[in-house]
Amino acid sequence: MKKQLLDLNVVSNTRLNASHHLIELSSEFPLPAMIPGQFAEVKVKNQSETYLRRPFSIHRFDHATNSMHLLIKTVGPGTTALSTLKKGETINVMLPLGKGFALASKSKVLLVGGGCGIAPLYFLAEQLSKRGNEVTILIGGRSAADILLQKEYRNFGRVAVSTEDGTDGEKGMVTQHSIISKGKLQFDRIYCCGPDGMMRAVAHIAEKAGIICEVSLENTMACGIGACLCCVVETNQGNRCVCTEGPVFDSRELKGWTKGKEVSCTLDNNSQ
Amino acid sequence: MSTSPDLSVKIHDLNLKNPVLTASGTFGYGHEYSDFIEVDALGGIIVKATTSKHREGNPYPRMAETAMGMLNAVGLQNKGIDHFVRHIYPTLEKYNTNVIANVSDSTVEGYVEVAEKMNKLSHIAAIELNISCPNVKEGGMAFGTSCPSAIAVTSAVREVYDKTLIVKLSPNVTSIVEIALAVEEAGADALSLINTLLGMAIDSETRKPVLSTITGGLSGPAIKPIALRMVWQVANAVKIPVIGIGGISSAADAIEFMLAGATAIQVGTANFIDPSVTIKIIQGIKEYMLKHRLSKLSQLTGKLVY
Ligand SMILES: Cc1cc2nc3c(=O)[nH]c(=O)nc-3n(C[C@H](O)[C@H](O)[C@H](O)COP(=O)(O)OP(=O)(O)OC[C@H]3O[C@@H](n4cnc5c(N)ncnc54)[C@H](O)[C@@H]3O)c2cc1C
Ligand SMILES: Cc1cc2nc3c(=O)[nH]c(=O)nc-3n(C[C@H](O)[C@H](O)[C@H](O)COP(=O)(O)O)c2cc1C
Ligand code: FES
Repeated sequence: MKKQLLDLNVVSNTRLNASHHLIELSSEFPLPAMIPGQFAEVKVKNQSETYLRRPFSIHRFDHATNSMHLLIKTVGPGTTALSTLKKGETINVMLPLGKGFALASKSKVLLVGGGCGIAPLYFLAEQLSKRGNEVTILIGGRSAADILLQKEYRNFGRVAVSTEDGTDGEKGMVTQHSIISKGKLQFDRIYCCGPDGMMRAVAHIAEKAGIICEVSLENTMACGIGACLCCVVETNQGNRCVCTEGPVFDSRELKGWTKGKEVSCTLDNNSQ
Repeated sequence: MSTSPDLSVKIHDLNLKNPVLTASGTFGYGHEYSDFIEVDALGGIIVKATTSKHREGNPYPRMAETAMGMLNAVGLQNKGIDHFVRHIYPTLEKYNTNVIANVSDSTVEGYVEVAEKMNKLSHIAAIELNISCPNVKEGGMAFGTSCPSAIAVTSAVREVYDKTLIVKLSPNVTSIVEIALAVEEAGADALSLINTLLGMAIDSETRKPVLSTITGGLSGPAIKPIALRMVWQVANAVKIPVIGIGGISSAADAIEFMLAGATAIQVGTANFIDPSVTIKIIQGIKEYMLKHRLSKLSQLTGKLVY
């Protein structure tokens, strides 16, 4: 898949809650084919605090309408600037980057998302349901207001919710939800995206049950295309670039994520 | 209309079709950018550092964004010279432009081993010695920060390397001119500068350093004025060609470095923001030459007006 550098038009920017925006983008030119789990590196215009591009998962991609969506959580200057984008403005993106999720077919799959971790899961759920999978989507958050796009997810399968304050779904952490904490896990594969601690906990549960778990990492990046080696994660085969060999990894490949002992490499005081 | 200006420059035995090179560690092995640009249109590419042995590099986090720049602490991650010769070099033979290898190590013997093996590779047009590496025998002090160790590594490599030898200088020194003169004397054919400036980033919320190594190398537009000053100082002191590096992001930046005395330039961090920036810089230099009626770049190098 050839990577492209494109100026995309903002079709709409919808505020979903206090900190999340859904941005629809399109282009006069055909968008390249993309797969769930891949991401785009977005240039934030006219911001001296945001020199580097910002990586965002492909939230939706529709070949027929030649449009795509990003789901953005406001956490700092770059995402704040993007949250104010207006219809008719353009943004410069590099895409599609990275490797996506391995798409199962005709299986029972569980998608687990926490916080903004649902961003890549929409496109994933859509593609998995097209491939004849039985899809369950488990979304976690602090409170009901954090649980986004529940209705849309229902188009692709069963939706389960957990909130820490109990305002929606089951009360507690996502990993305490009865779907994954009680009885034998009834899934062939788990896909997970969210905060690091949540992904590790889900990966641990999957490993104990002997189920493959794919996780999507959000390491900080500079180039997004494998040139700078800034984004590495320690795997069983040594340091690997999250931007080109991920961001999706089978959790068993990641050092220290499952039973394997964490081994830290020696500090090297040279800057490069 | 004047005829098309001549962008070619010569760095010792190296003929560059234009003065725009890519900086080591920011351009991978070139193929990372081939979806975005025609790599052969560049004056050359300087591929990422090769050391004598495999190095895993530093733990994550290796990057911190700063005002108009970034800090990195990659730690020379690479699979070593033997892997380079066997698996990476064959992928570089396809390029129809200069491929320059960046050579690093923590011992003089290590540098010599890499340089000897690079010398045998016909498609490696030159090597660039990265002497900003910690010298294990001198207690971790970088080779490039003292004259005796800079001389030791340059002259040892000169003994075994026949093609164009570029030495890349560290800005983390009291007098870069002294080091430049010492390295010229020791046999360098050209100098490139600057490497990254030692810096640091702290997260005030967690009270922790952002980088796993605490300190790291600063690059990007933030360092350009320092780089420009150092290129000017060094170019006025040495007789060999100087290659300017540091924050270059536009044709105007490149031309400023040439006016300060650089024969060619390297583009580093700016590739991350715009993977096609090098092509825009080449085009912009051409337009500048047309506008100012320059037929060749020697009319620009060192032609600062005081
Ligand atoms: C492959 C990938 C896919 C991503 N997909 C999405 C997505 O679909 N939607 C979305 O909202 N965000 C996503 N992110 C995270 C997003 O890139 C960061 O939130 C964004 O870069 C922050 O920019 P900023 O200028 O607003 O904040 P900054 O000032 O850069 O950072 C503010 C704070 O946010 C946190 N932060 C910054 N970068 C990251 C990061 N990479 N991961 C986690 N925390 C970070 C840090 O705690 C930092 O202090 C993704 C990251 C990666 C690597
Ligand atoms: C991520 C990264 C990795 C680098 N790796 C190397 C390296 O391996 N060898 C080297 O000599 N310089 C390395 N450098 C330094 C650059 O080649 C260049 O000298 C420096 O970044 C300043 O130029 P810039 O501001 O255009 O980036 C690296 C820089 C960055 C940002
Ligand atoms: S971000 Fe540069 S290699 Fe991954």
